[in-house]
Amino acid sequence: MSVTAAFFYLFAGITVASAFLVIASRNPVHAVLFLILAFVNAAGLFVLLGAEFLAMILVVVYVGAVAVLFLFVIMLLDIDFASLRQGVLQYLPIGATVGVIFLVELILVVTTYAVDPALLAAEPVVGEVPVMTNTAALGSVLYTRYVYFFQLAGLILLVAMIGAIVLTLRERVGTKRQDAVRQGLRTKEEAIGMTSPPIGKGLGKGLGSGLGSGLGSGSPAPARPREDA
Amino acid sequence: MTFWEASLDVALIALASLTLMSVLMIYIAYILYADRKIWAAVQLRRGPNVVGPWGLLQSFADLLKFVLKEPVIPASANKGLFLLAPLVLVFLALTAWAVIPVDAGWVIADLNVGILFVFAVSSLQVYGVIMAGWASNSKYAFLGALRSAAQMISYEVSIGFVIITVLLCVGSLNLTAIVESQNSEWGIFGWYWLWLFPMFVIFLISALAETNRPPFDLPEAESELVAGFMVEYSSTPYLLFMLGEYVAIMTMCALMTIMFFGGWLPPFPIAPFTWVPGIVWFVLKMSLVFFIFAMVKAFVPRYRYDQLMRLGWKVFLPLSLAAVVIVAFVLKLTGLAPGVGA
Amino acid sequence: MTALLADYLPLVIFMGVALFIGAILLAAPFVVAYKSPDSEKLSAYECGFNAFDDSRMKFDVRFYLVAILFIIFDLEVAFLFPWAVTFGGIGWFGFWSMMIFLGVLTVGFVYEWKKGALEWD
Repeated sequence: MSVTAAFFYLFAGITVASAFLVIASRNPVHAVLFLILAFVNAAGLFVLLGAEFLAMILVVVYVGAVAVLFLFVIMLLDIDFASLRQGVLQYLPIGATVGVIFLVELILVVTTYAVDPALLAAEPVVGEVPVMTNTAALGSVLYTRYVYFFQLAGLILLVAMIGAIVLTLRERVGTKRQDAVRQGLRTKEEAIGMTSPPIGKGLGKGLGSGLGSGLGSGSPAPARPREDA
Repeated sequence: MTFWEASLDVALIALASLTLMSVLMIYIAYILYADRKIWAAVQLRRGPNVVGPWGLLQSFADLLKFVLKEPVIPASANKGLFLLAPLVLVFLALTAWAVIPVDAGWVIADLNVGILFVFAVSSLQVYGVIMAGWASNSKYAFLGALRSAAQMISYEVSIGFVIITVLLCVGSLNLTAIVESQNSEWGIFGWYWLWLFPMFVIFLISALAETNRPPFDLPEAESELVAGFMVEYSSTPYLLFMLGEYVAIMTMCALMTIMFFGGWLPPFPIAPFTWVPGIVWFVLKMSLVFFIFAMVKAFVPRYRYDQLMRLGWKVFLPLSLAAVVIVAFVLKLTGLAPGVGA
Repeated sequence: MTALLADYLPLVIFMGVALFIGAILLAAPFVVAYKSPDSEKLSAYECGFNAFDDSRMKFDVRFYLVAILFIIFDLEVAFLFPWAVTFGGIGWFGFWSMMIFLGVLTVGFVYEWKKGALEWD
């Protein structure tokens, strides 16, 4: 058995085992961590195939970004394990249906998969293979020949971005935000005023509110006159 | 190749890896010492000066102390994950060094996608933090981990864009190729720190945020969160976090040396400078970048969390994105863009 | 074994050595250090009282939004890598193709800015 084959079985074995543990583990956080292990091993399989760019992108995007989101969501939802199990029977029919459809499709794909006999008969092309890393090979076609798919990917990302904001953004009321530009542009005249109020009278209304507009950064509250004044 | 030849190869690579890691650790021991000394000097203190002459052995004494301290695992913690978190962090931090060339040809694994590998590994470091925060089952640790995770991912985007601007000038993802592309008769003025100076500044500040260095050390802001995600850790699990953090900082320094300071190239391509071995230049430049890190720690006050997020998303992200467009346009217009990458 | 995989073998060995060093450091105090745990020492850190409940709690949805936006920009960076590498070879068409892609995403970025999704309060 060659070294490559040994590594293949190692990566493939860990991928399958951790994929199984994703659905078998009781703690959802453990499940996500096993999912990450599966991704990393899949990246190892990509490297064995010579697709090093894809392997790294798999790690950067799926492990470094998507799985972080999964972890956030699972930690955010604060899943109650007892109530989670109650729903199992209720959703079993739908889940089973989806599962069966997937299984049937997979069987159809595997059984009807065929290679053109002409291709099998043909001699493999042996010739000058251009010396190019697979990153460069990908780049030389992605932005020119497959430009429409590339732009489509951009549009999908745009939809995802807008969708995420529409679904999750909740405007909070009454929060004070810092406006750094306004803070920086504030002048001495707006911020400071000299006054000598008569003893026992306090500040008049006019000066206080005039200062307030310069001081506040978000929604400036006008200086409130004292209730008992 | 016979079995014995292959095993010899493997043993040699393992020996080289071990050597690199040992040298790196000893270097970091003195980087830690330098960090404390610089910080002390700025505040008119003496810093460590007891263990060994001028305190030079301080870091080794600390290591020994950590190993002999009692390891405490909180009763409510998730034990496996609790111990796995520091291991993951230090493992990932060290792994990045496998692809970093410290001199021409002095690299453990010369990958075609070297810089992407470093980018990928540093994007995974967030897991050590999240796992530690979650497994500790302590409020401070959990909040620290959340903050840290959001902070690290926010600044990774700008780091990615800055890397892209450098790659536009190089045309290869290989770290050795990035250094070689800066090799010109211009010497120090041909390196990218000058041509891409704004990018260098953005990368430096993002690297501070990415490695949780002050002024962006909010996850471990001791006045609010005690020690952030590390609060429940003691003994060597804690040591591993500190080690991982410093290895990650040195990775960032090395990456800056490679991308902006011409790696192992001498500053002037003339006689007395070219006699000095490349590794010396590399270490000197890396130490210089770290000196900036240490000075920033010593005299910049800590950011507030909303300011930190605003800086990442509203300042650095648009700036670095615009820089990608501008650099690409200029390169295209002047015809300076490199040919199809090898 | 191809040349490409030969580049990766040292990486795997390096990872093994790194894991080994980390594991030894992690295990060392459990072997050599003095241990005397008690219930107070093993309780979670709190400011002078016992923790009221489980520390894992619901937190602000903004962290989730930041993570989603990060995925989108990370993908954008992922698309930029091959573009940067082949930049010299794909001509003005490749350049404008990427500019349109970035333009579309900038529309999204401006939208989220205006909506206040980048505000942290």
